[in-house]
Amino acid sequence: MSHTETPAPATPAAGRSGILTFNLLWGLVGLVVGYAIGLWIGHRMGSRFDWVAETDYNDVAILIGYALGTLGYLFGLGILNHPIARMFGRSGGDIAKSSTGWSRYARASTDHKVIGNQYLIGIGIFFFIGGLNAMLIRTELLHPNSPTFSPGQYLTIVGLHGAMMIMMVSSIILGPFGHFFVPLMIGSRRMAFPRLEALSFWLLPLAGVVLMSTIAYGGFPTGWTGYPTLGSQADSGMDGYLVAFALVGIGMILNALNMLVTVFNHRAPGMTWARLPIFVWSMLTTSVLMLLGPPMLLAAVVMEMLDRTSGTAFFSSSSGGSPFLWENLFWFFGHPEVYILALPGFGIVLEILPVFARKPLWGQRLAIAGMLGVTLLSFMVWQHHLFVSGINSSLRPFYMFTTELISVPTGFIFLCGIGTLWRAKIRYTVPMLFALAFFFNFLIGGLSGVYLSDVPSDVSLHGSFFVMAHFHYTIMGGLVFAFFAGIYYWLPKMAGVELNERLGKIHFWTTFVFFNSTFLPLFAVGMLGMPRRVATYAPHLQFLNDWVSISAFLLGASMLVFLANFVWSLLVARIPAAANPWMARSLEWQLPTPVPVWDFDGPVRILAGPYEYGNPAAPPVMELGPPIVAAGD
Amino acid sequence: MDSRTDITRAVIVWVVLAIVADLLIGFLLAPHMPPGHFSNTASDQTEINNILALILTPIGLGVVTFFVYALVSFRQPAGAIEDGPPLRGDRRLQLGWVGVTTTVVIVLAIVGTIELLQAPNSQAGSGAGGGQGASAISHPSGNPLQVQVIAQQWQFTYRYPQYGGVETFSLALPVGRTVEFHVTSIDAIHSFWAYQLGVKADAVPGADNVAFTTPEHMGLFEVRCAELCGLWHGYMYSRGHVLSSAGFSKWIAHAQIANAPATHYLPKYAHVYYPLPLQRGG
Repeated sequence: MSHTETPAPATPAAGRSGILTFNLLWGLVGLVVGYAIGLWIGHRMGSRFDWVAETDYNDVAILIGYALGTLGYLFGLGILNHPIARMFGRSGGDIAKSSTGWSRYARASTDHKVIGNQYLIGIGIFFFIGGLNAMLIRTELLHPNSPTFSPGQYLTIVGLHGAMMIMMVSSIILGPFGHFFVPLMIGSRRMAFPRLEALSFWLLPLAGVVLMSTIAYGGFPTGWTGYPTLGSQADSGMDGYLVAFALVGIGMILNALNMLVTVFNHRAPGMTWARLPIFVWSMLTTSVLMLLGPPMLLAAVVMEMLDRTSGTAFFSSSSGGSPFLWENLFWFFGHPEVYILALPGFGIVLEILPVFARKPLWGQRLAIAGMLGVTLLSFMVWQHHLFVSGINSSLRPFYMFTTELISVPTGFIFLCGIGTLWRAKIRYTVPMLFALAFFFNFLIGGLSGVYLSDVPSDVSLHGSFFVMAHFHYTIMGGLVFAFFAGIYYWLPKMAGVELNERLGKIHFWTTFVFFNSTFLPLFAVGMLGMPRRVATYAPHLQFLNDWVSISAFLLGASMLVFLANFVWSLLVARIPAAANPWMARSLEWQLPTPVPVWDFDGPVRILAGPYEYGNPAAPPVMELGPPIVAAGD
Repeated sequence: MDSRTDITRAVIVWVVLAIVADLLIGFLLAPHMPPGHFSNTASDQTEINNILALILTPIGLGVVTFFVYALVSFRQPAGAIEDGPPLRGDRRLQLGWVGVTTTVVIVLAIVGTIELLQAPNSQAGSGAGGGQGASAISHPSGNPLQVQVIAQQWQFTYRYPQYGGVETFSLALPVGRTVEFHVTSIDAIHSFWAYQLGVKADAVPGADNVAFTTPEHMGLFEVRCAELCGLWHGYMYSRGHVLSSAGFSKWIAHAQIANAPATHYLPKYAHVYYPLPLQRGG
């Protein structure tokens, strides 16, 4: 906890700039060149593949292409400079901490604030692409039986929507806000491993590009779950799906390690566990899940790659394997993944509530216990995705119980929310509205989850639109609403400009109304017998489906309001934000806007917790020692 | 106005809302709750759906009531920014909340578990209607009709081992007799979903998945695939018939004669079938 004593330069080492240094452009060049070389090697190695394979494409060449493309991309970006330099015994080759200008966002940076903004833009782009896919799905479902797309196109759209949202958007809070604010909130000047941080971010857009490249290979038919044997018989688009998931998995593990070490070791003096902001607790618990879940996914993905290329039979029952292996490995990752999506939402809304209620967080320890309880239990429930799979029916009562039990720690979050609002002085700002809507949506998502945890009810509802409505209520209504709460709350600090409040309120109300109008009827659609991921449905469900589709288009339009607000405020209006526009007590708001490159000018000492509203005896949250001057200055 | 009055008022609003909502659910929604009463498993699913609706609606309304009460009552006065009282928690309230939610969860789990452990054609329950796996934890009494559901891309076929292993494209069942479905697949993972029948069981290659049900009415029911199985997944649906006992005997006798040449060449009846694996290489 004494890292702040290391001298930091008052002015950052100016990074080289200009187009000729390592940057995204050269990364993309490296990606293309590496991919071409890999493809060539693969075809040389396996030029006779069609003698043994019943397929007419060479999966080995494609996988080697993706692997070398990844290396070329990381090299072009300059991520590999440091390890290469160290390999030759030199100390240089480091990435500059930061520099000015827009170009720093297109390069590898070790500044956690730049990386936070990079995440915001990167994930935002994928979020909108995934959202466009959803619009296409709803277009198809306007009519019960006259398809807009061919069956293959439709499945690709469904798969890309799911995979884009789950893979890319899973870090929508941990990425932008976690990286930007966790160091600031604990009084640190950086994440524990800044170079790993850069790597874990830059893997994400690469995974997105790889995922979208599957379109060129005819897409993948499996949805985001990639179940065999369909995944083994699928065309070569499936290879892109596997590589993308592998890259995302590696990024998640690195991210989690970095976050855990940062929170454990880089807290400023006085930042005791009891004073740790609830948002940091949520990042901590999310990171535990991200550290333990994705290795299972990586294992499963590598097994599937081997099945597709090397003649192994992990998932082929005809040769002694079993599709159940994939289902178990995948959901052992997949269910913690669901809570990777939920916990950051809990963190953000509980962080925002005290600020706009002007009251301490009610029952802070209970909220922390809730997050830890969810973390622990989320590894014990995965087979509820397999209630009707016929794996082992005698285990079903156990998984039913653990699944229902997880609603107890989740309930803590709701109690803490009510307790914080009770007898408070509430201000209805845009972030507060989104945080409140989070509770409403997540409540419906959680209660509908009880139906799915109860086996007899799940037999009827499993694989139907009810499930789909349920997880959209928790992920879209939970995570994405929390993300918007976060962006309206923190963007003044991240970008240094104010967002337009009127447009923000329009955005909130349209999103909230059309979100519920889209997904509430889908519970009924599922109960009435419509399975997920189908292009056709019973004619008597057309009215409900059309209602949902039109609401979904309006929901899409409400996102354009946000986009307009974002672009207008950031690029056109550029009204400088105050350092602490919400009068918040937590550490990140005590810093000037824009945040200095080295965050804190002197050594930080934490004097009080972040939620001491209404306590006149509370000291200011921190004090800064005299500025540290680097030896050279 | 002290805190106690606020809590009392909110509780009163909540109780009134909960009673009204449960009455509406009980009298208006419950008679129409899907999936209906076509079979004993469907009836049980309907019953569970109703029980859950009656328990969960008051819980949800409670949370919403307290939120809305707080949002309406405790607003920041215009202009100034004042701090609220520094309340940090209430041990008794927190412990009470933990106790109540845990109790509700345990009750729900017990209700569900009892349902699962019932013999599939007993008076008390039906064993859920799907996903019993190769070794079901509870078996029906008597001699159920065995029907094997074989899923392949992109249709279901049905084998009746008690009738010479005849394989048909359409599914017919006698009313009132317990059926023992053995669901398997010969290519990708499918899911056999007979909606009105209250049966859903994944069809996994190399696995034998059992589901029991007893149809209680004659008529048509829908069969759909409920697990993404490739290109024409959305088009993998058909209809099944529940016939009278005599009607079923007539139908199966006809099917045996009509399909006799094909039955001769079918593989011997087994719980799983292994097609040749897809060869891949590079």
